[in-house]
Amino acid sequence: MSDMRMDGELSIRQRMAGLLPRMDTPIVPKNSIAGRALVAVVAIMTFLASLTVGAVMLVRAAASDWQSDVSREITIQVRPEAGQNFEGQIERAVEVAREFSGVGEVRAFSAEESARLLEPWLGSGAALQDLPVPRIIVVRLAPNATLDLAQLRKLLSERVAGASIDDHRAWMDRMRAMSNTTILGGIGVLLLMVAATMLSVAFATRGAMAANRPIVEVLHFIGATDGFIAGQFQRHFLVLGLEGGLIGGAAAVVVFMLAAVAGKWGFGLAGGEQLAMLFGTFVLRIEGYLAIVAQAILIAVVTGFTSRQTVNQTLRTVE
Amino acid sequence: MVVAVRYPVQANRGADRGGVEIGLVRFENVGLRYGLGPEVLRDLTFHIEPNSFQFLTGPSGAGKTSLLRLLFLSLKPTRGLISIFGNDVVTLSKDELSVLRRRIGIVFQDFRLLDHMTTYENVALPFRVAGKDEDSYRGEVMELLHWVGLGERVTALPPVLSGGEKQRAAIARAVIAQPQLLLADEPTGNVDPSLAQRLLRLFVELNKSGTTVVIATHDIGLMDQYDARRLVLHDGRLHAYD
Repeated sequence: MSDMRMDGELSIRQRMAGLLPRMDTPIVPKNSIAGRALVAVVAIMTFLASLTVGAVMLVRAAASDWQSDVSREITIQVRPEAGQNFEGQIERAVEVAREFSGVGEVRAFSAEESARLLEPWLGSGAALQDLPVPRIIVVRLAPNATLDLAQLRKLLSERVAGASIDDHRAWMDRMRAMSNTTILGGIGVLLLMVAATMLSVAFATRGAMAANRPIVEVLHFIGATDGFIAGQFQRHFLVLGLEGGLIGGAAAVVVFMLAAVAGKWGFGLAGGEQLAMLFGTFVLRIEGYLAIVAQAILIAVVTGFTSRQTVNQTLRTVE
Repeated sequence: MVVAVRYPVQANRGADRGGVEIGLVRFENVGLRYGLGPEVLRDLTFHIEPNSFQFLTGPSGAGKTSLLRLLFLSLKPTRGLISIFGNDVVTLSKDELSVLRRRIGIVFQDFRLLDHMTTYENVALPFRVAGKDEDSYRGEVMELLHWVGLGERVTALPPVLSGGEKQRAAIARAVIAQPQLLLADEPTGNVDPSLAQRLLRLFVELNKSGTTVVIATHDIGLMDQYDARRLVLHDGRLHAYD
């Protein structure tokens, strides 16, 4: 066999023939029906999961916008009291508010504006001047200022009869509960999708292992350790997972971009305005896109990890 | 070259020497059964010495494949001791067995080449599995492929190779990492007599270069061409004809 060993030197004939093959074929065959089906499953899962994450982030951003708008504003309500000059009551309330520390802007609704607020319920033309309709004073906080609400409430009750403060806390609590429920629901959907992806990958890996059993056996007999064999399958499924994740993630990004464009086109239309009021502009922020990319990578990693676990389980049964 | 069968000697002759001589492979009272079935191999006691050449033969169902599986560490015995390269195989972990298998070359009757890989990649697979850098072995693989007559088929995929070419590629894969022990299961079962003769010459050359060779075969004609020890399995028991 001495003539077999040439110290790694290629003969002139080989060099001239340019026969310098490379070991670039993956040990686990790349293209198989099971592999393509798995890419499709991972792509669909990633797409749905990305839509969920995007929707949750939109709701969260919209809720946070509403809350920050509303939390910078309080309302003073002044009810007419018997034996009191109603306009005088309002003026005193405005005065107290303006003088209070941390208040930026104070605006009292006029009688006409108050009437307009009631129009949806009472209709136009109602003789409101004869009714004891309370008046609203909107108080905006100064930028970066905090307000001692208890003190303001105390001052008003001392100096203005029939005045009360609404800081929208109950409304904000309901809003927060709604947005938290949406986020929790989104997380639940995501967990279900990751679990479904893991199960799909486990079945696909078992299928691939069964289809590639001759390869596993040959590797085994030429001295491959279980770690090496598992690594080959893991790499194979990681690549499939990345492929599927990228396709699904990219599709979701395209959908959000189209939604943003459609939102701009629909601006000014009744439906568009309704949506804008609910969700703000239908634009996913950069964090949303980053979350989609992170999710595609996460699903690819889950795919690789699950396949390794499945391969290890299968290898334990191979003699 | 016809070799007369000499007197059968009970295969436990090595044990009669008091176990002083430790062979490359040592079987002591080995028995094997599958599940709760009957013993398919019984009381096998024999040694395989380094640099030796032997045929393993016997009628169908005598247990040749089971013995080969014990030799390439694919099975563990249900009783007795098997020592390979000085290691008691029963005590070794799965990974240790894998590393030990790298010192054993196996040629299967059905070749077991990977159809999606080129001839070159199939032959180089043991190096890849051992984690070697391709630049360190490419020349060696090419040289061996030329030596077995597959120099022009390096980029061909197994499905387009002839039976003889597949067999030579399988042998090249088995010997590329210079194993100490080469096991071949019916290596000439699928080839014509002239190719069988060439393959036998190949095994003899490998043996001369220091590889211990065990060829499992039914082919009396093949065995008659080379004077070598014969291990005959019959009804689960082994007889050695030195």
